[in-house]
Amino acid sequence: MNYINLAKIAKNALLRNKFRAFLTMLGIIIGVASVIAMLAIGQGSKKSIQDQMSSMGSNLVFIMPGSQQRGGVMMGNSGTQSLKLADAEAIRLQCPDVTAVSPEVRSNAQAVFGNQNWPTTMFGGNTFYLGIKKFEVESGRLFTDKEIAGLAKVCLIGKTVAKNIFPKGTDPIGQTIRFKTVPMKVIGILKEKGENSFGQDQDDILFAPYTTVQRRFLAIDYITGIYTSAASEAKTSAAIDEMTEVMRRQHKISKPTDDDFRVMSQAELVKTFTSISDILTALLGVISGISLLVGGIGIMNIMYVSVTERTREIGLRMSIGGKGRDILMQFLIESTMLSVTGGVIGILFGYLISSLVGSLMGWPVVIMTNSVVLAFLVCSAIGIFFGWYPAKKAANLNPIDALRYE
Amino acid sequence: MNNIIIEVENLKKDFYVGDVTVRALKGINLQIAKGEFVAIMGASGSGKSTMLNILGCLEKPSEGEYKLDGVSISALNKNELAELRNEKLGFVFQSYNLLSRTSALENVELPLFYNSRVKAKERKERAIAALESVGLLDRMHHMPNQLSGGQQQRVAIARSLVNDPVVILADEATGNLDTRTSYEIMELFQRLNSDRGKTIVFVTHEPDIARLTSRNIIFRDGWVVREEQVKDRTYASEIIKLLPVDELDVKITKS
Ligand SMILES: Nc1ncnc2c1ncn2[C@@H]1O[C@H](COP(=O)(O)OP(=O)(O)OP(=O)(O)O)[C@@H](O)[C@H]1O
Ligand SMILES: [Mg+2]
Repeated sequence: MNYINLAKIAKNALLRNKFRAFLTMLGIIIGVASVIAMLAIGQGSKKSIQDQMSSMGSNLVFIMPGSQQRGGVMMGNSGTQSLKLADAEAIRLQCPDVTAVSPEVRSNAQAVFGNQNWPTTMFGGNTFYLGIKKFEVESGRLFTDKEIAGLAKVCLIGKTVAKNIFPKGTDPIGQTIRFKTVPMKVIGILKEKGENSFGQDQDDILFAPYTTVQRRFLAIDYITGIYTSAASEAKTSAAIDEMTEVMRRQHKISKPTDDDFRVMSQAELVKTFTSISDILTALLGVISGISLLVGGIGIMNIMYVSVTERTREIGLRMSIGGKGRDILMQFLIESTMLSVTGGVIGILFGYLISSLVGSLMGWPVVIMTNSVVLAFLVCSAIGIFFGWYPAKKAANLNPIDALRYE
Repeated sequence: MNNIIIEVENLKKDFYVGDVTVRALKGINLQIAKGEFVAIMGASGSGKSTMLNILGCLEKPSEGEYKLDGVSISALNKNELAELRNEKLGFVFQSYNLLSRTSALENVELPLFYNSRVKAKERKERAIAALESVGLLDRMHHMPNQLSGGQQQRVAIARSLVNDPVVILADEATGNLDTRTSYEIMELFQRLNSDRGKTIVFVTHEPDIARLTSRNIIFRDGWVVREEQVKDRTYASEIIKLLPVDELDVKITKS
């Protein structure tokens, strides 16, 4: 028996009942479409986190003040003031795998120019800060070490702040804005960076010498963070170890549980977030997979009903020379045609839904070719698996009994 | 006797229903020669259909020997039997057994689908030729539900012819049809027998139909009780001329 003939027989049999064939496929269509869409959304969020990593610097390692935790209980607030300039200096001198170090301080307030104002954050750092965090100066200049030493009232301005406080046509460079009533001279403009994957606008920023922010705006002598670049992405874990060691020495800490700081790398942070998004993706995938399974059971159900319903047809086919395996193959091909056709339509719908979600909701989506191939293979497998039992039942019929079936 | 096509010796068939054994055939001896048109007659339950199913290789005998075209059936397995049915036998059933929502042409093509030696083009040509020989060329794209009972039976006959079988087996092929249509179908069978030399085994209840064949074999209780050549053989084409024609009949057959 040749398969082309069997495929034709199966195709004709399906076309005799188009609406039923469509309803049967619907389960598979929905299942496959949701698997593809869910995986695309999951992969999209993962990829945007990874993109984020490279845009923030994959070799970024930073220290945050961290209050000690014992048994999950926060032990007071003193830890938030634990980082000192001396710590940053010690790291710069003692960590071979760290190439650049900058302290960080932040102050939130209104930036004012003329009658325009805009709430924003002023970040304070040294001359390495922009390089560490992958910012670039678009025009104007960076402040100098001398200006840092002199607590100079100069700042660089992000695109969002510039747009909101400067009337059109005004070049911010050389203008004096006010931040917490202190006049600050704008000496440079930061290149646009866009939103990060958490939706934060990275251009809503002012940048000034850390000394200026520390003394003039916050009146503190500690710092709120230390940002560093490891020699390379591969060196980040070595850098973390070195920095942890230096920090413990600086703070005279012997037990790790007493740490009043946390050393984190961008890479690690991304790993945490991607693993969360992996779990979510898997969860969504499993749920859609279940709907695919239900679709498969739908096929089995219909094939089973159809074998019973077409018992006389099977008897006839046998009486005119159809062998058991011809009948088996016919029903297997029928169920596989249903599942694969459903699968292909499902893949198309999956694409459609993914790109709709992508463009309407603004979610990042990435359709992976291997999820499409997988869906296709799974569908064929479903057709064969769930078609097998009904097909076997049909093939095992006795021709006479089948012909006599009422 | 080299032209014997069906040879049955001491053939028995038992059915087991629960603890009860039904002895449907109790020891049949039969010979049918090439080109014969044989009617199997007998009361209901006498074993006619059982005999025909065994002749058609749809069922195996419990005991005894059956040779079809020189081949002993008992030695063949299921698949070989299927091939035999496909190549040497044609069936016509009382209830037509056409595939619904499938055109007359495709129904007739069906047996050839199971013969991988027949290519698509030849398959179609042979199906069209078979439809032509039953006078339904103009209905080849009609679905069964668009055809009258007589026309459906003609399609079924075309289907039984398409593989050029050595024997056509018909079980009460006129059982569902009115008198006139029955004779039209019989006329077709007679033509196939006389013009194309087809061997036909025809199960029927009706003596009038049996008189159209060349030999009658009468069954009773699982035995062959009588065999006789038909002496005053009649021809369906002549009987049709004698049948009353009323307007209604004309309409039905022409539409
Ligand atoms: N599959 C079966 N299982 C059990 N008994 C059967 C089976 N097929 C036939 N029989 C029995 O065998 C006997 C012969 O049946 P068969 O169908 O051959 O009769 P028949 O001569 O064709 O009758 P009719 O003219 O009514 O069609 C009957 O008693 C019937 O009950
Ligand atoms: Mg019968």
